[in-house]
Amino acid sequence: MIDILVIGGGNAALCAALTAREAGASVLLLEAAPRDWRGGNSVHTRNLRCMHDAPQDVLTDAYPEQEYWQDLLKVTGGQTDEALARLVIRESSRCRDWMRRHGVHFQPSLTGTLHLSRTNAFFMGGGKALVNAYYRSAEKRGVQIRYDAPVSRVELDSGRFVAAFVGNERIEARSCVVASGGFESNLEWMRDAWGRNERGEWPADNFAIRGTRYNLGVVLKDLLAQGADAVGDPTQSHCVAIDARAPLFDGGICTRVDCVSLGIMVNREAMRFDDEGVDFWPKRYAIWGRLVALQGGQIGYSIIDAKAIGRFMPPVFPGQKADSLPQLARQLGLPEAALLQTVNEFNAACRVGTFDHAVLDDCHTEGLSPAKTHWALPIDTPPFYGYALKPGITFTYLGVKVDEHAAVHFAGRASPNLFAAGEVMAGNVLGKGYTAGVGMTIGTVFGRVAGVFAAVAVGALGNSVQGAKSDAT
Amino acid sequence: MTPLETLAREAQALGDGVIPIRPDPSRGAAAEAEVARVLQICNACRYCEGFCAVFPAMARRLEFPKADIHYLANLCHNCGACLHACQYATPHEFAVNVPRAMAQVRAKTYADYAWPAAFGKLYERNEMTVALALAAGLALFLGLAVVRNGTLWHVPMAGNFYAVFPHQLMVGLFAPVFLFVCFALGVGVTRFWRDVSPQGRVSSRRAPESGAERHGWVPAFAGMTFEGSAPAAGEALRNALSLKYLDGGHGEGCNEADDRFTLWRQRFHHATFYGFMLCFAATSVATLYHYAFGWRAPYGYTSLPVLLGTAGGLGLLVGPLGLGWLNVKRHPQHGDAAQKAMDHGLIALLFFTSLTGLALLALRGTGAMALLLAIHLGFVLALFLTMPYGKFAHGAFRAAALLKWAVERREPTRLKLGSQ
Repeated sequence: MIDILVIGGGNAALCAALTAREAGASVLLLEAAPRDWRGGNSVHTRNLRCMHDAPQDVLTDAYPEQEYWQDLLKVTGGQTDEALARLVIRESSRCRDWMRRHGVHFQPSLTGTLHLSRTNAFFMGGGKALVNAYYRSAEKRGVQIRYDAPVSRVELDSGRFVAAFVGNERIEARSCVVASGGFESNLEWMRDAWGRNERGEWPADNFAIRGTRYNLGVVLKDLLAQGADAVGDPTQSHCVAIDARAPLFDGGICTRVDCVSLGIMVNREAMRFDDEGVDFWPKRYAIWGRLVALQGGQIGYSIIDAKAIGRFMPPVFPGQKADSLPQLARQLGLPEAALLQTVNEFNAACRVGTFDHAVLDDCHTEGLSPAKTHWALPIDTPPFYGYALKPGITFTYLGVKVDEHAAVHFAGRASPNLFAAGEVMAGNVLGKGYTAGVGMTIGTVFGRVAGVFAAVAVGALGNSVQGAKSDAT
Repeated sequence: MTPLETLAREAQALGDGVIPIRPDPSRGAAAEAEVARVLQICNACRYCEGFCAVFPAMARRLEFPKADIHYLANLCHNCGACLHACQYATPHEFAVNVPRAMAQVRAKTYADYAWPAAFGKLYERNEMTVALALAAGLALFLGLAVVRNGTLWHVPMAGNFYAVFPHQLMVGLFAPVFLFVCFALGVGVTRFWRDVSPQGRVSSRRAPESGAERHGWVPAFAGMTFEGSAPAAGEALRNALSLKYLDGGHGEGCNEADDRFTLWRQRFHHATFYGFMLCFAATSVATLYHYAFGWRAPYGYTSLPVLLGTAGGLGLLVGPLGLGWLNVKRHPQHGDAAQKAMDHGLIALLFFTSLTGLALLALRGTGAMALLLAIHLGFVLALFLTMPYGKFAHGAFRAAALLKWAVERREPTRLKLGSQ
């Protein structure tokens, strides 16, 4: 019998598999996807949010525990488990040398992401390069890997893991780490979770999934059905406003549109609905997905003028371009008069000081609701551009409750040999909201924690020490 | 049709692997259009920025006109790192393959900038070009040997190959060919430089464009001031001589058969390039001996020209052999399979030039010298004749692109991405 079964094939699964293997356990990793699509959402990631008390190679300045914790507290609105969050934060300062040993390369923050150079360590080549490195390391170290191996259900004996089923094949293991992701690719579940709104719409029908098509939530649903304690709200997720032309799955980073804070955002009635300038875009991009999801048709329109061009990352799809606002309204299918009125009111309310989108500047609106508190410049210089945006789900936050050993809880009691890591338990730390790079941090830290305690559960740590002793004698 | 329907249609088009980009109706622009399409995706992602210079150069741009595409394509060393790291590579419907798209444009660069223009066609049938050049070289020297000496086999002549082909004859044949190669590549690269650096001409203090300038006769670096260009030129030279962009950005090397990194391509390329340069140095030293000191070949085994030539020859055996081996084992998605014939043509010519040269050195005291000499010179002639119309040209265009990058990255960016 194998010591440790790892269900999943992304960052958290690989971290768990590598750590358990290093502890001396035999490990089998089951990736639901074929090899070409391996790695889950991790292939779309690019960095890790790291605590550090002094400059460290690619990280500038310092990002102490308390500041990191305050950032998490702010984005989650307090919907977080402080003990687990602080575990993630502290371990984030210690994991990078381990990552390097397994072939991950870091680089300074990318062009146009200077604001992250202090807090986030970027993977050279992005998440797929990281995933490739981990798979190479896992193969080299003798982790068994199976692709096209989706687990359909898990056999438990009062909270103790017994076996997992891939089709009709029953795979026993002495311990198990579930790192099978969220359920965002399960469109029916998403539809049910979001339900029907007061307009009679099924909002989730208009969502795109930014990541893998293989996060169907099968194991998550099975565990919850068998009594695993749940955390998180099924409608909460990392949800970004992305280009409405994005593909249904795997649009990844390039479908984002970064000009929201440089202009105004309107709904299909051409009305503004939130403060576009409340904070830097990287701190707000994960807010707008949900804001757009709450609008009619789950669609929003970012409107900018020529002054914004060259000030934001170029989107993958060209925007609608027009020499006048009425023309732009027609091209976007927005009510012309309403858009003109919205823009005119906005322009009249702008109090322009010294524009600088690298700082929270003093350009703001007065007497306008909702206000735009920074970077408020009149939209008056043709050509005008418009981008239609819709909600893009990165990953869902509904998950299984775990403790600081990553052990899955059943009716308040920790399982002796079932552990969880990554998106399937990220909701323990992220009740809502998001801050760049924290998903990979949770996956890396809890992957390693789960790997260690899964190895402890099978006595592998003791074995490896004994093995080393017997080798010496 | 409402805009939403338009959007839906465009999303549908995505399913067919097509990103809506400005269509280029002109025929034959497919290679450039594909790079523009791919870079539009890359520019919105940028994860590969650490691998090489292509992506930082791309990030300085929002649009990709034709000249910029040729510049970026030649800056690409086809290391493969960005393909294996790409979240949008096949089977993703975006089907991003930067190394292949760039390689296909490079083939166009070599052909479009070839001088004389009509010879650009030779790239399209490179196997034929190499074979014809080789046949011509061999026929010429074998025929000459027979006509001049009556036979290919002779009594040993103590390595005195001037007895077979007088020094003057060889100089008379090879000097014009060598000068032609330099001139043809020089004109091509100069035109390339002028197209990719329009601002260089604006800042030039030269007189308004003359007829010669219009025809691409100005020095390649016109428009650069010396003070500004010295550090950039130094950096470009270092990057070219060290093959910096085959190190993967992290020093572990580039990709060959799979997502693992290896330094072997860099090493084999070094063996090839420095082998070639050592052989060139051997010839230069020998020329100096001949004209300046009146010391005539053959030179002893421990003489400087022979030592340089032997060392270079060994590099030109190991390097091309290794590059050829790696080339055959490359991941099928790397680069442009249609260009393998061209790659193999140069690899074979370099390898056999060296092999026949070393054989000639070893057997120059025997009756086979004339035959070996004729074969060796045939290969050398074929190598030189095809230089401006084969894989060899990549070195010239790559060096120009590296210089362009070294200059460009010292200039302030026109984009103000700020805190985004």
